[in-house]
Amino acid sequence: MILSIENVYVYYGNMLALRDVSLHVKRGEIVSLIGANGAGKSTVLRSISGILAPRAGRILFNGEDISGLPAHKIARMGLSHVPEGRGVFANLTVFENLEMGGYARRSDLEVREGIEEVFSLFPRLKERRSQMAGTLSGGEQQMLAIGRAMVSRPDLMLLDEPSMGLSPLLVGEIFDMIEEVNRGGVAILLVEQNAFAAFSIAQRAYVLETGHVAMHGDTNELRNQPGVQAAYLGVVPGGG
Amino acid sequence: MRKITDMAKTAACLAAAAVTGQLLDSFGFVNPYWVQIFQLGCIMTISALGLNIIYGFTGLFSLGHAAFYGIGAYTAAYVMKSSGGESHLLFLAALAAGVACSALVACLVGLPVLRLTSDYLGIATLGFGIIMKVLFDNADGVLPILGGARGMTGLAKMTTVAWTIAVLGIAMIFVRNIVRSSYGRALVSIREDEIAARAIGIATFRYKLAGFVIGCGLAGLAGGLYAHLYAFLHPSNFDFFKSVDVLVIVVLGGLGNLSGTLAASFGWILLLEVLRVALPPGYMELRWVLIPVLLIVTMLLRPQGLFGSREIRFFRDGLDS
Ligand SMILES: Nc1ncnc2c1ncn2[C@@H]1O[C@H](COP(=O)(O)OP(=O)(O)OP(=O)(O)O)[C@@H](O)[C@H]1O
Ligand SMILES: [Mg+2]
Repeated sequence: MILSIENVYVYYGNMLALRDVSLHVKRGEIVSLIGANGAGKSTVLRSISGILAPRAGRILFNGEDISGLPAHKIARMGLSHVPEGRGVFANLTVFENLEMGGYARRSDLEVREGIEEVFSLFPRLKERRSQMAGTLSGGEQQMLAIGRAMVSRPDLMLLDEPSMGLSPLLVGEIFDMIEEVNRGGVAILLVEQNAFAAFSIAQRAYVLETGHVAMHGDTNELRNQPGVQAAYLGVVPGGG
Repeated sequence: MRKITDMAKTAACLAAAAVTGQLLDSFGFVNPYWVQIFQLGCIMTISALGLNIIYGFTGLFSLGHAAFYGIGAYTAAYVMKSSGGESHLLFLAALAAGVACSALVACLVGLPVLRLTSDYLGIATLGFGIIMKVLFDNADGVLPILGGARGMTGLAKMTTVAWTIAVLGIAMIFVRNIVRSSYGRALVSIREDEIAARAIGIATFRYKLAGFVIGCGLAGLAGGLYAHLYAFLHPSNFDFFKSVDVLVIVVLGGLGNLSGTLAASFGWILLLEVLRVALPPGYMELRWVLIPVLLIVTMLLRPQGLFGSREIRFFRDGLDS
């Protein structure tokens, strides 16, 4: 078990955002977290990576309790969060962005190797290595955000809606790359609106509804649940 | 090896510049009026480089830069005057004391307010600047030597051309090496996206505090030079408007652009002088109409600052790249 969240409660001020959430990710797995707008998906990721502190419950990463640790310490333990909206550093070049990925955790040599790996996986980034990240297209920025997370060679990567704002073709491309990253041994917790795409690469999934886990299971099973179909896969109930 | 020869070359150039400047001044080759404008430009550059680290690179909006400039000035002046000496070694110690004091106060101010977002920092530093102005005005109540609202007089004129050039040179090298290092890129990443910076393992608070302290320390350094240029200090040199001056210079020169800060600092000092000479007596206040107009025009024409993202060669590469 690389990550396990146990009975976590998270508040924004005094508004309850997550209620008794439990989930886990096993080593080498891709797990998807889906849910409607405002369900609390990003909040789950923020609590894991330490941007928010849970008020109750435990979060174990590699067996260690990380709930309440500051974000930068958690990142240094090998947990990379690619936030919603990507968070690339717009006024740094592509190369500098990638360098920053290994800033806190890796030696110069490892960073250089990591960047080469990212370039072989995303040749488009290599072509644009001296370009300012802010001038990249949305898809390229997403590649960069994932690449930057890769450079730190995390054990677990949290991805927040990598498909947001991308054309279907590009979504396919990005998801292929996520699978590729996963094959390199990185476990992935993937937040998605696009449940269809997410289920195509995830082994298991959790469904979040208003801050609470409503369902979870293998994606193969969830795909056939009428509730999931209607709400997240765009299948009309009773139709077809 | 290359680095060592580079460093030696830079040091030699700097020494040569300082000596040449000093000789030109000492033998009266240059009009003392222009010498003083040049020195003011150098001093302004040092202070503005500090604010560029704080605001331009790290993205921390500070409206209290002149207060730290003042702390450095008064500290250095106090050390010099109370010891009564006029040696260069003592002056070095006085400058160091000014830097240390500004940096220490910056640390104490930064510890609580840097946890807030940048807008609050603006308000907090504004308030701090106003408090410091009041303290400078009434400093004679505690230490009569500081002069309070009457001003502090009788300081030694230690800030020679050589000192000015040498200190500016060192400050420029120091700032360049910081911002062109991975440490500097960490500061920029905080400015760009603080959450993302934390998510890649940067202890953002610590870095923000360090950036703030370094920038304020540079203001203190500039203040120490300023105090011993005219040998006279007055609290009005460190009020809110002086903080705005530096802010304007940094924005005009371009946030995160060192060459721009250098050019804008000298440009600003020159502009004030030109207006002082050109405006008919009694119309001095027109300055505060002309300058804002000029600012607006410049910002419309060059919203990214004077040089955009280009840098002169000196500022381009640091030690580790
Ligand atoms: N900083 C905040 N302060 C207060 N409330 C917040 C904050 N961030 C999120 N919320 C609220 O918490 C709830 C969960 O938000 P969250 O961002 O986790 O949703 P989400 O599932 O990621 O939605 P989306 O798919 O739209 O990104 C929402 O009701 C949101 O309004
Ligand atoms: Mg979200």
